[in-house]
Amino acid sequence: MKLTRRDFLKISGAATAGLALSGMGFDLRPVHAFSMELRTKDAKESPTICCYCAVGCGIICHTSTQTGQVVYTEGDADHPINGGSLCAKGAAAYQIAQNDRRITKVLYRAPNASEWEEKSWDWTLKEIAKRVKKSRDASFTAKNEKGLVVNRCDGIVSVGSAALDNEECWTYQAMLRALGLVYIEHQARI
Amino acid sequence: MTNHWIDIANSDCILIMGSNAAENHPISFRWVTKAQLAGTPVIHVDPRFTRTSAKADIYAPIRSGTDIAFLGGMIKYIIDNNKYFKEYIANYTNGAFIVGDKFSFKDGLFSGYDAEKRKYDQSTWAFKMEANGMPAVDKTLEDPRCVFQLLKTHYARYDLDTVSSITGTPKDDLLKVYETYAATGVPDKAGTIMYAMGWTQHTVGVQNIRCMAIIQLLLGNMGAAGGGVNALRGESNVQGSTDHGLLFHILPGYLPTPAASLQTLAEYNKKYTPTSNDPLSANWWQNRPKYVASLLKSMYGDAATPENEFCYSWLPKVEDGKTYSWLDLFDSMYQKQFSGFLCWGQNPACSGANADKNRDAMANLDWMVVVNLFENETASFWKGPGVDPKQIKTEVFFLPCAAYMEKEGSITNSGRWGQWRYKAQEPPGEALPDGDIIIELFNEIRALYKEDKEATFPDPVLNLKWDYISNGKFDAHSVAKAINGYFTKDVTIQDKQYKKGDLVPSFALLQDDGSTSSGNWLYCQSYTADGNNMARREKDDPTGLGLYSKWSWCWPVNRRIIYNRASVDLKGNPWNPKKPVIQWVVEDGKGKWTGDVPDGGWPPLQNADGTANDKSKLPFIMKPAGVASIFGNGAKDGPFPEHYEPLECPVEKNPLSAQLTNPVAAVYGTARDIIKTCDPRFPFVGTTYRVTEHWQTGVLTRWLPWLLEAEPQLFVEMSEQLARMKGINNGDMAIVESPRGKLEAVAIVTKRLQPFTVLGQEVHLVGLPWHYGWTWPPDGGDSANLLTPAVGDPNTRIPETKAFMVNVSKKEV
Ligand code: SF4
Repeated sequence: MKLTRRDFLKISGAATAGLALSGMGFDLRPVHAFSMELRTKDAKESPTICCYCAVGCGIICHTSTQTGQVVYTEGDADHPINGGSLCAKGAAAYQIAQNDRRITKVLYRAPNASEWEEKSWDWTLKEIAKRVKKSRDASFTAKNEKGLVVNRCDGIVSVGSAALDNEECWTYQAMLRALGLVYIEHQARI
Repeated sequence: MTNHWIDIANSDCILIMGSNAAENHPISFRWVTKAQLAGTPVIHVDPRFTRTSAKADIYAPIRSGTDIAFLGGMIKYIIDNNKYFKEYIANYTNGAFIVGDKFSFKDGLFSGYDAEKRKYDQSTWAFKMEANGMPAVDKTLEDPRCVFQLLKTHYARYDLDTVSSITGTPKDDLLKVYETYAATGVPDKAGTIMYAMGWTQHTVGVQNIRCMAIIQLLLGNMGAAGGGVNALRGESNVQGSTDHGLLFHILPGYLPTPAASLQTLAEYNKKYTPTSNDPLSANWWQNRPKYVASLLKSMYGDAATPENEFCYSWLPKVEDGKTYSWLDLFDSMYQKQFSGFLCWGQNPACSGANADKNRDAMANLDWMVVVNLFENETASFWKGPGVDPKQIKTEVFFLPCAAYMEKEGSITNSGRWGQWRYKAQEPPGEALPDGDIIIELFNEIRALYKEDKEATFPDPVLNLKWDYISNGKFDAHSVAKAINGYFTKDVTIQDKQYKKGDLVPSFALLQDDGSTSSGNWLYCQSYTADGNNMARREKDDPTGLGLYSKWSWCWPVNRRIIYNRASVDLKGNPWNPKKPVIQWVVEDGKGKWTGDVPDGGWPPLQNADGTANDKSKLPFIMKPAGVASIFGNGAKDGPFPEHYEPLECPVEKNPLSAQLTNPVAAVYGTARDIIKTCDPRFPFVGTTYRVTEHWQTGVLTRWLPWLLEAEPQLFVEMSEQLARMKGINNGDMAIVESPRGKLEAVAIVTKRLQPFTVLGQEVHLVGLPWHYGWTWPPDGGDSANLLTPAVGDPNTRIPETKAFMVNVSKKEV
């Protein structure tokens, strides 16, 4: 089997823990041991791909087996495109995973209100569904002016999203087209 | 990209134009640098001297919006100096085709122009046809009506003096770029182009790219390792979201959206399935009916039958000739035509051209749904600058979604690689993966349609196949398999048996009779009996070209370099024997292709003894004629690219013709759509761009302290000369104003920008990044798109945000 650089690092890491580093003039073992005690100790590695530009650099997320939280992210050294390198954005992946400014509750803003209110998913999805149905049924064009069947919802529009995974994009477009939307647009257009 | 990121390292000349790759696609420079260290010249053409310029061997400044003049001059140089690859042009492009008598070009206008409708009659651009139904050709390229000769005539006007006077590029720089790039016209060398929004965001965006594609064809650079036309796409999955048809004009897999005049699937297939009388043309789109039937089967499952045309009538139909693009969408929203708006992972209050029009438009809605990770200017438009929430009736639902490491699924990079991502943690709080939100929302909608016996046209809603849940959660694997496609019954194809429920191994096996489903034919093979090919992590590189064919998976059918049949000569030998993408190898009397997955397995056009092989196919298999289009009679604004000024420009005359701007550019007419050309109140060219540390409108970067600290607020870059003229010092607050909006920005006075000499006059250009918005950080500034015009390319309707007119002044304190 051909060793990848990552495998090599793992093996050489294990080896140095057991060997005196005679050639190096001082003993790195305590430093090494300490660093291994750090956040990535026992962490689970999951490969992912950067969410920003479409170079598609590989990133490894380290997840603490104790907390289930991402504790560290780094470039995927095995990835043939980036070979472990990341630009400033990809290198900041950790701050997407751990960021106290993330929105963590559904928010609702009533007509003419000045503030957001927190809502439950259940209430929210039901309310949105009602509005989708009402708008769709009210704006549905079964036949156009020439009498041709068009089965189209003219009152709801959608933008987004290059931020979704492929599987989500496909599912999303299926839903929109089943509802009859034709104004379907996203980032690729701008 | 026709090629892919790693392939840049194989190039013999790298032209970066319409892109600042070093700052906006930074890791691409791993491969640019690798090529450069091996002796490949790197050229950067850009209005600003950026970090890409600093790395380049040649930098040439250009006034924003004049790329066709620059590239047209290169076409003239290539032809005048005999740098083109004649054999390639004659055999693999339509350069030898004879154009019909109705075609003409006079003083900036092509034949067939209707000034009232601002539209061309493209039928006047047709080829001359022979009695056998094939275009007339002259492979010597000497017939005065052949494409090559018409091309030569068309660009004869683009001499160095004229080009330099338009672009503001010094003549020496033009020549240096032309000479260096044209050197790749020899058979065994390939040059590549790396471009991005600097080319697309213009009213001549498509023609910018076509112009370069023509150069690549003249030089024989398509299909080769280190060649191609390479769009550096800006969002991690904008390739995938395009492939999957989240656009008004296409269904998944680039199947045109059906229009009202196509009432039946038979009519649709007739219109969109091209025919070819050339036995050497693979005419791949002849398979379109199989892809449409398979898509409808995956959407509507058992309800889709051959008898009901696979529920084709359920697909919404657009009005013939009407566009429903981004610009149209916000224009209609501004005119109060919609009640509901779904905004999924996007921030149009900052990302859209003429952003204030979009912000106003959203106040005309009854309700909107915003899905995002962080607060943003779209979700909170009702409390934006100058807005009184009490006056805004729009209800807003903000749905918090998971980040990319909080769910599983694939994304497709610019090189068309579908790459699988894994879940590393749960989303915070009550945030949910987008897939779960979509599933749950539609379940709720569907429940209402089930209850209501009077509901409007419930069939597609009730019958949509929607079984993508495992253990109560959205299951990306199950959708990925549906996208790949299944056999829907037991079948035998070419002596091989497939069982109902088997995954289809490749799109070559998709059928038009309902016996297969495939959510997107282009992704057929991504998830097969072998497993999830997008998750592969093997690093074999047998060709040494960096194809990494077993790392992830790429469309189509894992072909890493598309049009690769053009990388070999008529006998199947690589034009460049040192970097063979594919090669025809004969062993024991049997021939086969080695290397990358070829664009079809047919043998080469000629046998070893030079006789024609009638089993072969021409290399550009997606084109009905089998060859690439130097003469592009499908573009809305002309078969040859022609220089026109941006709709807002600093000059009153176009020295190349009487036509100042693109005669068919998309324009809109609301009170918010103000365009000013040569207005002394807006004397400077403005442009927008990005910085390394932020991304798009900044929604996913402004909230990250590490990134915000590096680039904390809006700035405007200007030359020392302009700053002196306006009394602005480096670090001062400046006001930048266009006919549409006004911004405050920190002035960066820099040598990176220099005034241009255009038609003998000094023209200044200023630039701003468009990453900022009023929600965060405080005093970070607002979107540069408050300045940009909502005018668009006639083909794509992408807005012209890279060239417009502004004024700058010092902010008095
Ligand atoms: S790390 Fe940088 S270059 Fe790589 S994909 Fe992310 S944004 Fe693009």
